[in-house]
This record gives sequence, structure tokens and C-alpha cells, in this order.
Amino acid sequence: MARLLPKKDAVIIGLGWTGAILAQELTAAGLDVVAIERGPWRDTATDFNIGYMQDELRYAIRKDLFLQPVVEAMTMRNRPDQTALPMRDYGSFLPGNGVGGAGVHWNGKTWRFWESDFEIHTHLTRRYGARKLKGLQLQDWGVSWAEIEPCFDAFEYLCGISGKAGNIGGTLQPGGNPFESPRAREYPNPPIKTGYPQMLFEQVTAGLGYHPFPQPSANLSRPYVNPLGIAMGECTYCGFCERFGCANYSKASAQTTILPVLMQRPNFEARTECEVLKVNLTADGKRAKSVTYIDAKGVEYEQPGELVLICAYSLMNVRMMLLSGIGTQYDPATGKGTVGRNYCYQTSCGARLFLEGKHLNPFIGSGSMGRTIDDFNGDAFDHSHLDFVGGAGMSCDPSNGRPIGYRPTPPGTPRWGAGWKKGTVEGYQNAMNIGAQGSSYPVRENYLDLDPTYTDRHGRPLLRITFEFPDNDVAMSNYMSDQLEKIAKAFGPKSYSVSRIRKDWNSVPYQSTHNTGGAIMGENPRTSAVNKYLQSWDVPNVFVIGASAFAHNAGMNPTGTVGALAVWAARAITGKYLKHPGALVHA
Amino acid sequence: MKGIIAAALLLIATPAIAASQVEEGRYQAVLGDCAGCHGKDLSGGIALETPFGRLVTPNITPDRQTGIGDYSPVDFRAAMKTGIARGKPLYPAMPYTAYARMPDRDVDALFAYLKTVRPVRHAVKVNQLRFPYSWRFLMRLWNLVFFHPGTPDPANHTAAWIRGEYLVNGPGHCGTCHTPKNMFGADIRPELGGALLQGWFAPDLSGDPRTGLRSWQAADVAGYLKTGRNGHSIASGPMAEAIEQSTSRMRDGDLAAIAAYLKSLPAPAGSGPRILPDVERMKRGASLYRVNCSACHGLDAKGEGPLVPPLTGNAVVRQDNADTLVRLVLAGSQGAGTRWAPTRPAMPSLAWRLNDQQVADVLSYVRGNWGNQAAPVAADTVGGIRAALRGGK
Repeated sequence: MARLLPKKDAVIIGLGWTGAILAQELTAAGLDVVAIERGPWRDTATDFNIGYMQDELRYAIRKDLFLQPVVEAMTMRNRPDQTALPMRDYGSFLPGNGVGGAGVHWNGKTWRFWESDFEIHTHLTRRYGARKLKGLQLQDWGVSWAEIEPCFDAFEYLCGISGKAGNIGGTLQPGGNPFESPRAREYPNPPIKTGYPQMLFEQVTAGLGYHPFPQPSANLSRPYVNPLGIAMGECTYCGFCERFGCANYSKASAQTTILPVLMQRPNFEARTECEVLKVNLTADGKRAKSVTYIDAKGVEYEQPGELVLICAYSLMNVRMMLLSGIGTQYDPATGKGTVGRNYCYQTSCGARLFLEGKHLNPFIGSGSMGRTIDDFNGDAFDHSHLDFVGGAGMSCDPSNGRPIGYRPTPPGTPRWGAGWKKGTVEGYQNAMNIGAQGSSYPVRENYLDLDPTYTDRHGRPLLRITFEFPDNDVAMSNYMSDQLEKIAKAFGPKSYSVSRIRKDWNSVPYQSTHNTGGAIMGENPRTSAVNKYLQSWDVPNVFVIGASAFAHNAGMNPTGTVGALAVWAARAITGKYLKHPGALVHA
Repeated sequence: MKGIIAAALLLIATPAIAASQVEEGRYQAVLGDCAGCHGKDLSGGIALETPFGRLVTPNITPDRQTGIGDYSPVDFRAAMKTGIARGKPLYPAMPYTAYARMPDRDVDALFAYLKTVRPVRHAVKVNQLRFPYSWRFLMRLWNLVFFHPGTPDPANHTAAWIRGEYLVNGPGHCGTCHTPKNMFGADIRPELGGALLQGWFAPDLSGDPRTGLRSWQAADVAGYLKTGRNGHSIASGPMAEAIEQSTSRMRDGDLAAIAAYLKSLPAPAGSGPRILPDVERMKRGASLYRVNCSACHGLDAKGEGPLVPPLTGNAVVRQDNADTLVRLVLAGSQGAGTRWAPTRPAMPSLAWRLNDQQVADVLSYVRGNWGNQAAPVAADTVGGIRAALRGGK
């Protein structure tokens, strides 16, 4: 029997990026808030110690900061007619663990999805006709650009994003991304420094008529004090961002942008190493009354709350809803039900070039010091005569030159011995990579549900992922490989290779942690799990926040949009819900 | 009739007077940093390690059994200003030697405020000193010899200086940490010249160009006390606590007054450049600095804005006693966090990574470079502090 605790105004499940943003906004509005976090407390000086943070073996290879399958595993299959098997090790994606969540170990690429993403169905139907979308479950997100733009702005200023605006209020800005949707103002900080490979990429792509621009970076170009008064430092280009915490206070995370202020608030409490088992609903299932969690000693507690905010990362959000009976499981056979619907991933390919006699110095790195072209992203280019929709951002993106993981060798190099060593020496300074991070569009058969066989250490069913790269996305990615080949040739390299996407998604090699959808936002409760404010259609005192709300995934990293949606949901709660608790949208 | 009206007015007026007295008392508790030693809830129990043994701070909440709930205002005044608590002499770790400067009105206000805080039942065994210091009555003798409260002549001083001098040497009791002590624990000269206490060296606050506040503007001093940082330094250790609990909550005018007074302190005679470490040692130190320190503090040691203090012109680096510096490298430290500067940036512990000789070399390099001209650090000093930190001190 769980011990019953005093009621809180809001209970937040997970203290990562979204949980911290919601906690900050809600405590500022005067609410009494508790965040319950499964993983450990993490703090810059103690956990991301400058003296050992660059331990590649510990953090990048042995994945010290990540969720371990013993805590929560998942099962996967490619098609509904297969039997899913559990992943024994996280491979294709690496969920975060502990305070700060995946926001601790990210690279810091902070994109805004475009206006055409939020109204993708309307936009593509208007431009190409409804037949173009056949087989795809694309739908509008329910939120307008005018509504969400100020939330992107708030997140970017919270983080001190370093970049160059491409479109301020409809006026194109030299040096920025001409394809981005209009923004109200410039980034808070100028772009971070660039490296030699990016300069080459900029020259070559500009020469081909494309529009290179610096990636918007959460690794800061200069010292910054954010609107909460919290100070951040300048990036040192050490090349230990992805898979590592930042020891320099330079990478935006909950730790560096929110927690110093939040943790001082008397109306906030964080309970770490406490795992929420489920959200408890009232007998009629129309209201969440509490959450049940278990602490590190195995003691079970029931924490009642007026509001329950599920902020546990996209896949965990969906599983928490399913375990708690919030909403109805999506059924790919009938298309009915909404929870689990429109799971999407990322569709990527790349080119590797070997130049000659260069000193590309890849050890000078930062998670988002790349140069990108969006000429082939989203609907920036005409798809009328193409057999797909969607696109990819193409980037030259040398984030690191770490000794274990980064050993590029020219094609034909032996895998070991003197030949390999020679190839390594040559490759380290001459290899250049260009990636095409492609969109992932929803289809009926890609979805999430609870596994019928496998359970976790508490006896709860694991999440089951059913995913295959859709034909549309494969066609898109192959087109991107063709474009990459043209770009690669323009460098005049000694040799190059271009990768092509393969069907049968494999969960073993790392690909991307950009899992989206499953609890998508939308205008219609028959096709979305949460409304435009990320509020559950079925249980209105539950909000589900994260990339789980994405109705599709674009050819961009998701964190910027995740942050904007968190701000958007927080403002809806403080500005609307608290005045009139209940459903904010009546369908 | 008149009498009735007057009585009625009195009835209405009394709570208002009491309320303003309590508010003033709350501010006196800020000026005196009661929470610094007696804890946020003022229930005491915090151990002070003195050269004479351990003193544990008493409960000053209005709990009748374990606090000061049955004190009268007269009892409280006597404790605060003469060091005699209901007939029992206090040890001067309780800075009655400084609080003696406070006017009765302010002491009474403080008492009125303390009466309003939540009573906490918390019995504390205060006196854990070694023999013979544990004999309280000896303090009467100490008082006779060392306790001579006085006020400087205000002539030729500005109002700000007069207020600042009062705050520093009165309720603020800065000298409790910053003034060196003799073998009996009594203040000696130079006043506010820096002193070692509980493993931290409270820096010299005089006008000394090398170790003191000469290079700080008055606004730097006030800004440091208000926010916990300025362009020269970031507070950590006991000073971070003093800033968080006390100075960051002081009125701007009082901070300006403190700054005006501190900036008027002269440089003691005899301070001059010190011996520099030998060239080989500087080379070793430079290499260690590049690898271990420069990523944050910069190759030029200029630090980084509000996050990382510079090591050039930083008084903590330049003190004659390097204990604080050694401690920072070995144990790390978290900076002060205030409403105006909430980040609390931290220096990580490097004890696991650098041996005693390496710590000594890199600190000697830092102390001998960029015009710092402070004496080298010996490996034995580092070893001693490492052992003390292991012991939990």
C-alpha cells in the first residue's frame, strides 16, 4: 500500500528540459510544484567535472549518462506482423537519464520547425493536391505560427542560442537561413566560431548556388546572462558535447539555464531517484488524482496533485499514458485510437569525402558549429515532379575528433595493422563529412503500443516500437543521397562515398535519438491524443509535453521545437487553465 | 473622555509600533547575520571549530525550554552587549565584542523580531571546548583584559564613513573572521588584515595594493557584497554564506557605507613584493595551469565574466596565507548565489587528479605570475590541508 503524501498543485513526471521549463513557469506563477525524477541529481561541477568529463570511454562508449535497459528497455519490430524483441542495449537511440534528461548530453542544435510544418497537411495539399499525400498520415498540429513563434523566441533567449537570423519579420537577412519562417528578432548571441571544413563547405555550396548559414547553437559564442539572471560561459570548442555533460557552463541545459533559480524557490521540490509507476485516475477516468512512485529504497508513495504533467521524454510519455489508461491505444488496423499514433524517427544519409594535404583539425569541435543548407529541407524546394514529400537539412558538422570514435579511413584501407594506422593518420586530417538529416513522415503502420510479452523490473509491460522507413521517406532520402553526391564531387576530393538508406530499420547502430510522436497534438480528438495546448483530450488535468506531441518529424533536430512547445504549454496552463480549470479546447 | 480616546489610540497604535519594531529587528538580524551561525531557522546546533575546541551555536528561537523564550529584553541586551547571558559569560565566538556597539533601540528591535520567529525545540550542548577553555568563568578575566568597546571620533568623517565603520565593526562583525587573533582569541592589529579560520583564510580588507582592496572601487565592494561577485572575484566558502544570508539583503545605502569605510582603511607598512618561485617550478606550474585551469580561467587568467573569476589582481590569489587557494583546488567550491546573481557557479575538485607537489607548483605559478607576487606554496602545506579535508574539517 502506497504512503499517501500531501497534495501538490502540480506533479511533474521527469525533470529534464520540459519538466524544468514547466516547473519554472508554474512556480513563478505561485504554484506548489513537485518534480519526480527517475534518475539521479546531476550538477555541473560535481557530475560534469572538467577534469574527467572528456572521458570518451566512460561517457561515449560505456554511455554513463544514458538510460540503461535494466531500468527501462523497449521492444522493436519493423512491421505489425512480426514479433517484437527487446533491445538488450540502447543503440539506434540513447535516451537520457537523470536531472536534465537528454538535455544534458545533446549537441545543442536548436532549430525551429517551419510554419509549413505546423500546418503541413494544409500547406502540402494546397501546393500539390491531396493525392500527393496518399499513404501518409500527415496532419496539421493545431497551433499557428503566430502563436508558437514567441515561444521559440522565449526558449532561444532562455538558452542564449548563438546564431544568425535569416528572416526577421519577413525581411531576409544576409548570412542567415533564407528558408526559415519569420522570427521577431535576432538570436540573443552571434554564431559561434567556425572551423576549416565548414568554411570549405560554405564555399562549395555557395558556389553551387545554395544558401549556407551557421547552425543555431546552444553552445554559446560568448558569456551570457539569461532572462532568469543565470550566467553561462563561452564554448571552448573542446569537442565533447554529444554524450557528455558540459563542464564549462557553455551548453544550454536545465542545469545551466533554469535549475539555479528553480531550486531556490520554496514552492518547488525535486525528488530524484523516484520512478513514477503510473498516473492514477478517478473512477470515471476523467481526472488524474495522483501519481504512484517508488523511491530508491523500494518504498511506494502516492503523490496527489491538481495537475499532472508528463514530461518524461517522447517514448516514456506515451508509455506512461498507456500504463495509466489516459486516452485510447491507437490501432493500425482500424486507425482508431490516438495514443501511439504517428510515431516518427529521422531518415538520414551522408557523404564522406577524403581531401588531400589538408589539416582539417577535427579536434576543434562543438556540437553545433556546423554550416547547413536548407535548400533541400522541408518544402523549400518544388516537389511537383518528385515522388515524395519532405526533405533534409544538409550540414557539414564536425562536432568532434575524439580518439576512439573518430577514425575515418579512406575506402580500401585495411581494418587493422600498419595499413590501418597509415590510413588513420591520413584520414583524421583529411576526412570531411556531410550529413543529410531527413524528415520522417507518419504512416499508418508506424506506431507505439505496450508489448504483450516483455515487462520491466516492476512488472509493467515494455513499450513496443513498430517502425519501418516509409517508401516516401526512402525516396526522399535517396534523392538527398543524389544531391550529396553532386556536392561531394564539387569538392574535387581524392575519394568519396555516399551512404543510402536501407529498409528494415535496425535498432543496433546509432542513428538518432529524435523519436517523435505517439501522443500528438492536433485539432481533432479522433486523430490526436492532446489538443493544441498539449492537454489530454480525455483527462484534462493531464498535459503531455515533449516531442511526443510532434505530428511528424522534420529534417531538423527537435529540441528547439520541444522547448517552444514546453513554453507554449506552460503559458496555456498559467494563462488559461488556472483561470478556468478544465478542457481548454472543446471538440 | 480624552483619556478614553488616548487609550483607544494607544490600543490602535501599539500593534503598528510593534510591527515596525519587528521589521526593524528583522533587518538587524540581517546586519548581524544571526542565521550565519545560528542557522536559517535560528535553532543553532552549528559547530564552530575554534583553536580552543568546538563551540556549538545555541538555539535563539523563542522556545522556552531550549531557546531564549524566557529571556527578558534586559537579559537579551546584556547577552548581546556585555557577553553575559543570564549571569553566564559567553565566549567571544558570539561577537558581543562587536554587538556592544549597537544602540539599545536596535538590540530591542532584534529581540522583538526574534520573539516572532517559529519556536524550535532543539537542545544544544554549546560548550565542547578543551580544558581549560571549557571553564566559562575564565571569560570574565578575558573580558577585563580584552573587551573595551569604543566608538571612533566621528570628526572629519562623512556620514557614510561613520555608518560604514559602525556596520563593519558593530553588527556586521566583519573582524570576527577578517581580523587576526592572538593566542587568547582576541583581536590584534592590523584590523581586518586577514585571518585563518575553519580552514579558510578570510582575506585582508585593508588598502594594501597586493593583498588588500586597493584595486577595488567602492562600487566593486558594494557590488560584491550585494550580488556575491564582481569583476575581481566570486565569493565562496563562509563569505558566500555571509553574502547570501546577510549582505545581499542589506540596504544599498548601507552597502555603500561599508564600501566607503573599507576603502578608507590604510595599507599596513612593510608590505612589498615577495620572492618569486624558481624558473623550473614556474615552468612546471605553467604546464599544469594550461592543462588543468586554462579552459575556464583562460590562458591569460582573465576568467570569464560572471562565471569564472580572474586570477590576475584577485585578492584571494594574493593573500600571504594560501590556505583558501589550496582548499579551492583540492575540494572545489560553489560560488555565492543571490537574487541578483543566482548561478552559483562552482569550481570542481581536482584533488583526485593533482598530487601535493602539483597543486603546490600550479598555485606557485598562479601566485607568482601576472603581477601577483605572492609567496610560493609548499607541497607540505598542500599535504596538511589535504589531510584536514579528508578528516572532514
